[in-house]
Amino acid sequence: MLDADFFRRWMAATAASVDREAERLTALDSPIGDADHGSNLQRGFKAVVAVLEKDAPATPGAVLTLAGRQLISTVGGASGPLYGTLLRSTGKALGDAAEVSEAQFAEALRAGVDKVMALGGAAPGDKTMIDALVPAVDALGEGFGAARAAAEQGAEATIPLQARKGRASYLGERSIGHQDPGATSSALLVAGLAEAAGE
Amino acid sequence: MSDDKLVGIVLVSHSAQVAAAVAELAKGLAGGATAVPVAPAGGTEGGGLGTSAELIAAAAAAVDRGAGVAVLTDLGSAVLTVKALLAEGDELPAGSRLIDAPFVEGAVAAVVTAATGADLDAVQAAAADAYTYRKV
Repeated sequence: MLDADFFRRWMAATAASVDREAERLTALDSPIGDADHGSNLQRGFKAVVAVLEKDAPATPGAVLTLAGRQLISTVGGASGPLYGTLLRSTGKALGDAAEVSEAQFAEALRAGVDKVMALGGAAPGDKTMIDALVPAVDALGEGFGAARAAAEQGAEATIPLQARKGRASYLGERSIGHQDPGATSSALLVAGLAEAAGE
Repeated sequence: MSDDKLVGIVLVSHSAQVAAAVAELAKGLAGGATAVPVAPAGGTEGGGLGTSAELIAAAAAAVDRGAGVAVLTDLGSAVLTVKALLAEGDELPAGSRLIDAPFVEGAVAAVVTAATGADLDAVQAAAADAYTYRKV
């Protein structure tokens, strides 16, 4: 079973990896975006860790809804409402249970990913965060390690794709050959789950 | 139009200068529309390029007169942030609506229409209709 502390560890692990990889995320965002993805997410997840320490939410659902709200408030780019909606919707789907099973979490995360697709209008293959998140959710039944591997493969598989959403889509065919920054940061988020689980 | 409450207008841009200038332009072109509550919500709280949920929420609260708030945006994170705030349910005043309209032309149409005392549906229709103003 997964308790509130697991979800706090997830957010802390993600904040640490985003901090470590911020320059790489921004470098990926330079040729096809506006070169702010790393710094935006770095600021957002740092604020998430701070608010979780301050407010100490007691349930998995409360941890994720608070984290999502904080991302919407603090990121300043499109990744704020997108990641914010992902975590908030996942948290709301978890309800107010003190502990949730991995299966319940997988179902809630799928609901969160669906909300992100509805918000941004992206589908798999559009060269977005969805290309890492959907394979991760699909693999979650086999464990957090499998989800991490699937997200990383999904992010790498965005390289040959042409962007159809977001600023990168203005570049048309010139977006081909670059790994999508959003899919890359989504792989970090999923890797944080495996880290929180000790895998 | 059962009373004299005016629809509020919020203009959300990645740039504080663009949001403020479009607000000024729209009010200027609307002539005597100084009574229409219009608030820009541009850039990040730190003054950089981007979108601030806090600035949007503050602007919407500032222009809310109880007749609804029309929110116009430029693109990308501005659109997504407003949608995310609306999905929250309690972040923006009741009757707030994201308007699908071109930013500059839509803002002018929205302010001119709101100045007549029109309701939110009419303001939305006028702003959206700005998409049809072809230039060539």
